[in-house]
Amino acid sequence: MKQVFDRPRTLLDARFHYCPGCHHGTIHRIIAETLDRMELRENTIGIAPVGCAVMLYDYMDIDILEAPHGRAPALATGIKRSLPDRVVFTYQGDGDLASIGMGEIVHAANRGENITVVFVNNTTYGMTGGQMAPTTLLGQKTTTSPFGRDFRTEGYPIRMAELLAGLEGVAYSTRVTVSSPAHIRKAKEAIRKGFEMQLKGMGFSIIEVLSTCPTNWGMKPLDAQKRVLGEMAEYFPLGVFKERKQADFA
Amino acid sequence: MSAPAAGAAKRVLAKGNEAICHGAIAAGCRFYYGYPITPQNDIPEYMAAHMAEHGGAFLQAESEVATINMILGTSSTGNRVMTSSSGPGISLMQEGLSFMVGSQLPAVIVNISRSGPGLGGIAPSQGDYFQATKVAGHGDAHLICLAPHSVQEMYSLTMLAFDLADKYRNPAMILGDAIIGQMKEPYDPVPYVPAVPDKPWALTGARGRAARHIKSMFLKDGEIEVHNWKLRDKFRKIREEEVRFEPYMLDGAKIGIVAFGTAARVAKTSIQSARKEGIEVGMLRPITLFPFPEEQVRDMASGVQKVLVVEMNTGQMVEDVRRSTPHHERIHFFGKPCAVPTPDEILEQIRLLAGRKG
Ligand SMILES: Cc1ncc(C[n+]2csc(CCOP(=O)(O)OP(=O)(O)O)c2C)c(N)n1
Ligand code: SF4
Repeated sequence: MKQVFDRPRTLLDARFHYCPGCHHGTIHRIIAETLDRMELRENTIGIAPVGCAVMLYDYMDIDILEAPHGRAPALATGIKRSLPDRVVFTYQGDGDLASIGMGEIVHAANRGENITVVFVNNTTYGMTGGQMAPTTLLGQKTTTSPFGRDFRTEGYPIRMAELLAGLEGVAYSTRVTVSSPAHIRKAKEAIRKGFEMQLKGMGFSIIEVLSTCPTNWGMKPLDAQKRVLGEMAEYFPLGVFKERKQADFA
Repeated sequence: MSAPAAGAAKRVLAKGNEAICHGAIAAGCRFYYGYPITPQNDIPEYMAAHMAEHGGAFLQAESEVATINMILGTSSTGNRVMTSSSGPGISLMQEGLSFMVGSQLPAVIVNISRSGPGLGGIAPSQGDYFQATKVAGHGDAHLICLAPHSVQEMYSLTMLAFDLADKYRNPAMILGDAIIGQMKEPYDPVPYVPAVPDKPWALTGARGRAARHIKSMFLKDGEIEVHNWKLRDKFRKIREEEVRFEPYMLDGAKIGIVAFGTAARVAKTSIQSARKEGIEVGMLRPITLFPFPEEQVRDMASGVQKVLVVEMNTGQMVEDVRRSTPHHERIHFFGKPCAVPTPDEILEQIRLLAGRKG
């Protein structure tokens, strides 16, 4: 019998601590598979965020550095400048990347830092118990927006993939999701492209992944999947916002 | 001017801030990140001009927060890396410094300190003593802290800072000020071979070896307590083995000054004048502020009648002096916050303690 579902070499044989229906595990697996397929496992340094994915090193068999909250792009910069021939990626949540780490991500992107960023947008702060994030949708209730996010007091959800696509240094910016097998295939393709951009020295790439936090959304896993493809994808459209065909210094 | 080779025969005329850069390059530092702030801008300017020719990289970061995290990143790969800043910039680095202590990562941080609090001013100051010696951000974290008092030491203590940081896997700080940074005098590029230990922890990609992780979070039962004790043991070893100080004209002294950096430099002139007047005065100059030369201060304080602590602040190191000796009644303090005391001002204090009228 042909084995169709095997654990990628890069993925450690450990049980995810993530909640049922959470997408972090799926996204880890996609990154692991991609590193395997591109034979990059031994040449890669990953950066774990502060957020639910802080223990990335428990799941991926690669060198990993743990970042202060939001600072992963600065760490990645320091690693990449020191070891330019290594593949460097950050894995960041929306609180991490779009709130406290807004400065670091924008400047790393603008410098065209030759790194790959996997950005997990679940419209909330998972680890600290479901507070409002910069990506929280209007009307969405969180523990710190108990009456629903109101643009008059909390502003609007930030579309990071579009925002970063506007910067010259960015080679590739896309938004995907992993809410169905077809979407997973597209997400894999996007993450592969992100790493390819880096290998070609094209500059900064970001793959925003719309994902679930059933626990803090107070939803069943299936309903959470539906929310991603429904109101989330409506506000945060899936697609490619920038794709450089040629390095601008080539 | 390009950095002179360590061991070059000729003495080099340089500003203090420039000597730091020369020392760093001689120590094998090839990466520098920083953000502009007075009075240390000549350090990033020098590194911007010279890192590339040494095969390294310079980057002006978007903030000191980003700076310290770039430092953390490069340090995690095992390469020597440095930044410099002042006052508000050093404050912004505190979180990152704490992460580096927790993750056991070496680097050299130069603080050409300015007056505070807040935006304060750009006048030379020693007001960062507590920050530099007591904490590295949050948690039970310390920096190794060296205080140069000459251009020579700006050069050689920078090299030592790199060696100590690597030896103990902990960030080390050079604590200077605007005077010592701008002072121009000749220094001797002493022979030196960087003591770079193996770094079997460095992140380089897991080629042919087990994957490595560098982290400061320890959530499993009891782990963080074990980690804290391990760091405590390391700081204890630093306290036992790395104290450096200079005894200055202490023979037969009845008055013993304790001062560091620029204040100590000025005090030397005052001591020479006082000796000419027949006053038996000397100085114990801490070169390492962390570890503080407690035993040496204790011994000195028990052998003199009076101890005069001179600082360019309202009284910080004086607390460490008090902690080092039971003879509190002997301790006197002379402070000039945000200004350099003149040789005459310190001489005046010495005369007063010696019972002479000025
Ligand atoms: C400087 C700092 N501020 C706050 C925190 C607390 N904190 C930990 S995780 C987190 C939010 C994480 O949310 P997100 O980035 O969206 O990731 P998720 O947990 O949803 O995957 C916060 C605020 C921290 N660790 N450090
Ligand atoms: S809290 Fe949310 S983001 Fe965190 S593991 Fe649970 S579902 Fe995933």
